[in-house]
Amino acid sequence: MSEQITLEKSLSDWWSRVKAGQVGALPAILGLLVLCIVFGSMSSVFLTSGNFANLLTQAAAVTVIAMGLIFVLLSGEIDLSAGYAAGVCGAILVVMITEMDYAWYIAFPVSVLSGVFLGGFIGYLVAQLKIPSFVVTLATFLAFQGLLLLIIGEGGTIRIEDPVILSIQNKNLTVVNSWLFFTLAAGAYLLTGFWKFYKRRRAGLIDNLFKFWLLKALVVVLIGAFATSTLTVERSNNPDLVSLRGIPYVVPVILFLLVGATFVLTRTSYGLHIYAVGGNAEAARRAGINVKLVRITAFMICSGFAAVAGMIFVSRANSISPTTGGSSTLLYAVGAAVIGGTSLFGGKGKVSDAILGGLVVAVIDNGMALLGYPAGIKFMVTGAVLLISATIDAVSRRGAVSN
Amino acid sequence: MADPILSLRKVNKSFGPVHVLKDVNFNAYAGQVTALVGDNGAGKSTLIKCIAGIYTPESGEFVFEGKPVQISGPRDATELGIEIVYQDLALCDNLDIVHNMFLGREEKSGITLNESSMESLAKKTLDGLSVRTVKSIRQKVASLSGGQRQTVAIARAVLWNSKVVILDEPTAALGVAQTEQVLKLVKQLADNGLAVIVISHNLNDVFQVADNIAAMYLGSMAAQIDKNSVSQNDVVRLITTGSSESMSGGKK
Repeated sequence: MSEQITLEKSLSDWWSRVKAGQVGALPAILGLLVLCIVFGSMSSVFLTSGNFANLLTQAAAVTVIAMGLIFVLLSGEIDLSAGYAAGVCGAILVVMITEMDYAWYIAFPVSVLSGVFLGGFIGYLVAQLKIPSFVVTLATFLAFQGLLLLIIGEGGTIRIEDPVILSIQNKNLTVVNSWLFFTLAAGAYLLTGFWKFYKRRRAGLIDNLFKFWLLKALVVVLIGAFATSTLTVERSNNPDLVSLRGIPYVVPVILFLLVGATFVLTRTSYGLHIYAVGGNAEAARRAGINVKLVRITAFMICSGFAAVAGMIFVSRANSISPTTGGSSTLLYAVGAAVIGGTSLFGGKGKVSDAILGGLVVAVIDNGMALLGYPAGIKFMVTGAVLLISATIDAVSRRGAVSN
Repeated sequence: MADPILSLRKVNKSFGPVHVLKDVNFNAYAGQVTALVGDNGAGKSTLIKCIAGIYTPESGEFVFEGKPVQISGPRDATELGIEIVYQDLALCDNLDIVHNMFLGREEKSGITLNESSMESLAKKTLDGLSVRTVKSIRQKVASLSGGQRQTVAIARAVLWNSKVVILDEPTAALGVAQTEQVLKLVKQLADNGLAVIVISHNLNDVFQVADNIAAMYLGSMAAQIDKNSVSQNDVVRLITTGSSESMSGGKK
């Protein structure tokens, strides 16, 4: 029973899975490395601590939309209106705080609930009336854009001055708190992993991936430590006037969402049901799963995440405008999810894909802007990267089927 | 012969003007494989859907373990311990074997899934069926062969201490070796004390595994007979003409 499986064995298992087309996050990791090397060698600014912090705040909103989108993609649907859902919820937040004088802790939950409600509406049309989600969300894409204009009103742009909302994208944890945060996060990550393997061993099951996991966990923790130390370096041009160091507040926010969403997807039966519905809806129905409810709630979660992204947009721009969440936002979010390794065909993906993919998208955006390329080239490169990821997705899927 | 675990008496079912099941009697016995044969449209599928609670018959009696029962929905059938393995295997390719076996009925501790308990139970069930062909029960179903998938679908059905397992054309899409493997599994189920009902068009398979054969003809039960008392030709005659005449004559 207690057959020992070596690290070499788990590595070769992993490699055979990669060869079989289950590449997972590998292309995104390699892509990120290549991009960082290329941009780092071409631009003296790219690999600085200041630009790194900048990159994180740039990637934040799109990443959060992508995290929510992954729930919808996993269930085999798509939400094209998540970008403008972020805009609408951001507008609700700003209008409630600046024009109606509500505190942020009332306005923010209301805006998230509005997002959940919008998602429920989309989900109802898709699951109950069986309209393809592509069409429904294309319609709501337009409708939400209109709703955003109506909420903002004639003025065009509304500024926000609430210090708590603004701090999310503009303030940092102190250096001590940054390291404290890193220690807590890394400790919790390692402990939950050890606990999982301990429980398996106690139940007499083979823990064939323990060493493999340990290797991965150490790499993740090292990257975290490196990122933390980079972010705690002084990055202000004029440190005597204003000191600028520490982890931006938005990072713990995203990590919290990542842990919560990953927990739901991998540890609860609801998460398993989302994968099942995306993999084979008929099998899920026969197994007694309420497929409609799973679909509707996936859209609700997606738009709820979009509402959080709306708050992040508002915090970064210090205002809400009729184009918040518009233009390329949604496509970047879909791109982030797919580049990270989530399948457009449903049933395959992880929330952490959004982080990796979001970073890739932000690195392209940021790096090319630093090198002075025009927006046209930037869009074309991002489009090409999205196409490459979708190709990898489609080809690996075909590979898995032909096996 | 022992008393049947499941017995249907004079079951009638119509779809609009079409009388699909006419006074059908049917028995399934614990520890035996009952083959349900018949041509297309003879009413085999309707009959098992009535047993599974997907259709409700207009009239007729169900007796389960000696007691009359009402099956008015799939849940009732599941509660009695009746499970169906469908022809188009109801498995999710993107989930592993354990998750497929427990889909919809996951073991939980608090709000989280109890993975260790599910994995142990799945392992025990597969071992109980003498399944040795799957490498790891944590591999995705997508990577399994047709026979292995059928094995997982069957294991899923017996996981719940079920008493009656209905298999709808379990070997229809399989190659020779895999058919052999699944038929062995069907026999194993009966040896484990379950009542097994197999729908099949392949009479070779039927004669290989069945203990008794129920032949349907145009909505009626032509005969339910012991396998050893008939020849393959007799069964063909029952399926095509519904008549049991010249049965004693055996092969010509």
